Amino acid sequence: MRVRPPAGLAVVGILGGAVLLVPFVALVAGVDLTRLPGLLSSPSALDALGLSLRTALTATAICLVIGTPLALVLTRLDFPGRSFARSLVLLPLVVPPVVGGIALTEAFGRRGLIGEHLQLLGIDIAFTSAAVVMAQVFVSLPFLVVALEGALLTRGEAHERTALSLGASPLRTFLTVTLPLLVPGLVAGLVLTFARALGEFGATITFAGSLQGTTRTLPLQVYLERETDPEAAVALSLVLVVVALVVITVAYGRRDRRRDDRQTGARA
Amino acid sequence: MRGRTGHHLGVALGLIVGSGVVLAGCSAPSSGSAESGTTLTVFAAASLGDSFEELADGFEQENPGVEVEYNIAGSSSLAEQILAGAPADVFASADEPNMHTVVAAGENSGEPEPFATNVLTLVTPADIPADTPANTPGITSLEDATAEGVKLVVCAPQVPCGRAALALAEDAGVELSPVSEEASVTDVLGKVTSGEADAGLVYVTDALGAGESVNAIELENADSAVNTYPITVLAAAAENGSEHPELAQRFVDYVLSEEGQSVLEADGFGAP
Repeated sequence: MRVRPPAGLAVVGILGGAVLLVPFVALVAGVDLTRLPGLLSSPSALDALGLSLRTALTATAICLVIGTPLALVLTRLDFPGRSFARSLVLLPLVVPPVVGGIALTEAFGRRGLIGEHLQLLGIDIAFTSAAVVMAQVFVSLPFLVVALEGALLTRGEAHERTALSLGASPLRTFLTVTLPLLVPGLVAGLVLTFARALGEFGATITFAGSLQGTTRTLPLQVYLERETDPEAAVALSLVLVVVALVVITVAYGRRDRRRDDRQTGARA
Repeated sequence: MRGRTGHHLGVALGLIVGSGVVLAGCSAPSSGSAESGTTLTVFAAASLGDSFEELADGFEQENPGVEVEYNIAGSSSLAEQILAGAPADVFASADEPNMHTVVAAGENSGEPEPFATNVLTLVTPADIPADTPANTPGITSLEDATAEGVKLVVCAPQVPCGRAALALAEDAGVELSPVSEEASVTDVLGKVTSGEADAGLVYVTDALGAGESVNAIELENADSAVNTYPITVLAAAAENGSEHPELAQRFVDYVLSEEGQSVLEADGFGAP
């Protein structure tokens, strides 16, 4: 049997839950259902939704390609200052997104550290969908790296050692042993990465700008609609909430069920 | 077992009561009590920030014991807050539609009065380092700024400065093809000062405030899109205290006075 929390704390806990949930309940209650289809099928809303899905999926794919090796480096490679490097990865997650946007502008803007040279090559990033993806990768990569670090550390290296001792090459060991074992952590990490990319606002508006179909993602559209049509903003917010709900159900629902199964098994 | 639960319950109840007190503290109205002086709460549009800080100093000197507190934000956000019951005494909007929203809801007390005007100007980034490719290729007019390949940034049509930009372009017979339509004029200015954009349409007051980081190019037809700023005493002033409505009116009068107008003029605002 589970050890129940003291009754008083349970009450506070439930109040705590209300703090989190009440705003969302109010949001849903504020949606004008009769106007909903019209609001969601307007060209600007569809453009924003399409752009958000395209850029967030691209950003998630990029995070997968660069985040997995980064997590491996941070957990499996011994180098001085590794623990400091691991905390540095959290930086984009902790600083306000607008600060991230300013940092990206300083790096990749036309007069930026790297952007200046890209400009000479004829590459202009600001005001393009590529800038949106960069902003999303910047803020969401930590989610994937942290999830993978957790998976790598808790699982240990015994299986890989065995594979290596049996003569498998490091690459083959990675592809056939490490990667399959990482899949559950990877899925959870990718889902969170996608969700964070989809919700990106501050860095995008600072670094990429806001133009329908090119850089105005769903969160930016919500922010702009607030100016003239608060109801439309509420309707679009609902879309983001629903997507977020689906995402967390996929990422955490499965994991919880597995944990419950394990506990039930232990009791039997 | 039961006794311990009871103990925990007591602690927990203490926590709840405690957090309730904290929450109540958060939502307490900000108006000061009569003995220690009165706090006048003014909701002012973002573009008025600097000018109104200066006006507050003058007003506080003329009215000892009175403190002016500002909430500075976009006019539509302010209107939204007023409609939601924010305890404000005075509302100064950057455009007439947002003032109309407040009046339509009956939140005003007395007629709104125009107190300033603002027009748009073209800004380009200053201080371009010699070794970078010229990113402001000789922009001297709105026509230049709307030419192909020029990265022009304007406000979105949903906000006042964007509506003004559209009116201006229509009057000049040019079509705007911006690379970005920002949600606020400060975002437009930011894109220009950082050098990301070749040109931007902002208010003359913003250009003046940005100082040497931008070149301001006066537009021939700037007067075709004049933004009028109205100010009004709010109905909520009466709920903030008996002396508030009169004091709020005195603040409005001060903004409209010669002294107030000269402060606004120095910051680039036009006379109403």
